[in-house]
Amino acid sequence: MNDRRTFLRGFLSVLLSGGAIGGILKVLPSKAYAKETLHEGKWYGFGVSVDKCIGCARCMEACKTENNVPRQPFFFRTWVERYVIRKNGDTTVKTIEPNAEQLPEAATDRAILRSFFVPKLCNQCAKPPCVQVCPVGATFQTKDGVVLVNEKTCIGCRYCIQACPYGARYLHPVTRTADKCTFCYHRISHGLLPACVEVCPTQARVFGDLNAAASPMSRFQRMNKIHVLKPGLNTEPKVYYANLDGEVR
Amino acid sequence: MGKFFERIPEPVTRLLIVVLALVVAGVVVVFGLIPRSMMDVNAQWAAAVKREEARPIKYAGFHACAECHDELYDVKKKGYHKDLSCETCHGAAKAHTEDPDKVKPEIPAQRAFCPQCHAYNPSRPRGFPMINPVAHNPLKPCASCHNPHDPKPPTTPKECSACHGEIARTKAVSHHVQLACTTCHEVPQRHKVSPRAIKPTKPQNREFCGKCHGKEGTDRMAKLAPKIDLAQHGEKYVCWQCHYPHSPEVAQ
Repeated sequence: MNDRRTFLRGFLSVLLSGGAIGGILKVLPSKAYAKETLHEGKWYGFGVSVDKCIGCARCMEACKTENNVPRQPFFFRTWVERYVIRKNGDTTVKTIEPNAEQLPEAATDRAILRSFFVPKLCNQCAKPPCVQVCPVGATFQTKDGVVLVNEKTCIGCRYCIQACPYGARYLHPVTRTADKCTFCYHRISHGLLPACVEVCPTQARVFGDLNAAASPMSRFQRMNKIHVLKPGLNTEPKVYYANLDGEVR
Repeated sequence: MGKFFERIPEPVTRLLIVVLALVVAGVVVVFGLIPRSMMDVNAQWAAAVKREEARPIKYAGFHACAECHDELYDVKKKGYHKDLSCETCHGAAKAHTEDPDKVKPEIPAQRAFCPQCHAYNPSRPRGFPMINPVAHNPLKPCASCHNPHDPKPPTTPKECSACHGEIARTKAVSHHVQLACTTCHEVPQRHKVSPRAIKPTKPQNREFCGKCHGKEGTDRMAKLAPKIDLAQHGEKYVCWQCHYPHSPEVAQ
């Protein structure tokens, strides 16, 4: 009699606790892996056609002018990298310099397999690692999906610069706060295009609302094979690349 | 109840008073002295968004230019530069739209400007119009031959390059620059009338390329062309499976 009672009690408690643990496990992943695909209102995205970029650096110039980025060649909100892939597998990546004499030194170099330009900027990740690490809540995501820095509260600790897997942030030497691409927030909120998209001579850069039914951006997404940078990091970038080479990181 | 308090030793009561005073001081500081704006992160973010939105705009956008410069805009929209913003070349012009007489956008007339896009660079996409700035009419300003608002080659593209510009430009910087299109393609006259129905011929076999590149090639114009043994070279493949004829690669 007594044995049966202990057995039943033990059995029931195991059943209940198992159910509770199972319930927790069932709830947790569904929250962690649910992709936020639906966003009300505007949800901005950016498209880059790699095979249209001619490496003229107009975008880098325009960005520095529009956003008062320091003129020194190592502060960028957007930049263009030149990839040179050699037959022996070596890949060299160099940020091009505006107004620099671009010598066709590679024209006769038979060791070069292929070379091309890749425009880069902040990926405005849907899950931004830079926002997570900010100790004072100075960097945040707006409701239209743009990651901004509140320069009034930023303490310049550079955690976000370290955390960004794309190297998209820098410490502004004057304000001593973190600075980054804002998709030209002051322009897009007034119905203008970001400065780099405005000046791009070959339409290699496309900008728009990802929720819009018909826009250059949604057409870009519909008509191209799309890739994002470092998809394995699960940051869900909103800068989409068409015709991206596998060597590009 | 009263008995309970009497039983607490005096040092503990004093300690309790100190702790209570600290808690009250803390509550006053947190809720009274620190301004709400410093604690409410949502309010900070809203203020930051407002600040971002209020930043000064420097580039006016292409619609702004067309309002006054409609005649130039009409010229530009028909030419090869139709997709360029005015500000791509003329620089930020918001200040000019606000005070057109005082602030003038720059006119990039110096010869170094155009090659930023049009200098030959192998990294640029194939077919993009490129020149070698050193060899291409040295010291002559670009605008003396090309109208930047409606850029054209100084001579109208004739014959094949009028339609097949990308191939013509690729061939122009390749080893086949000297060859006419008709060297390899036979073009029926009616191809120009109905280009899709009547097509030019294309080389069909290895022997065609061998006329110049074969070891016993007979073409006297091709004395300097790289020679191969047709019987040994390239196995079962036809030439253009490895060599793009409009920009042939050469092993050195």
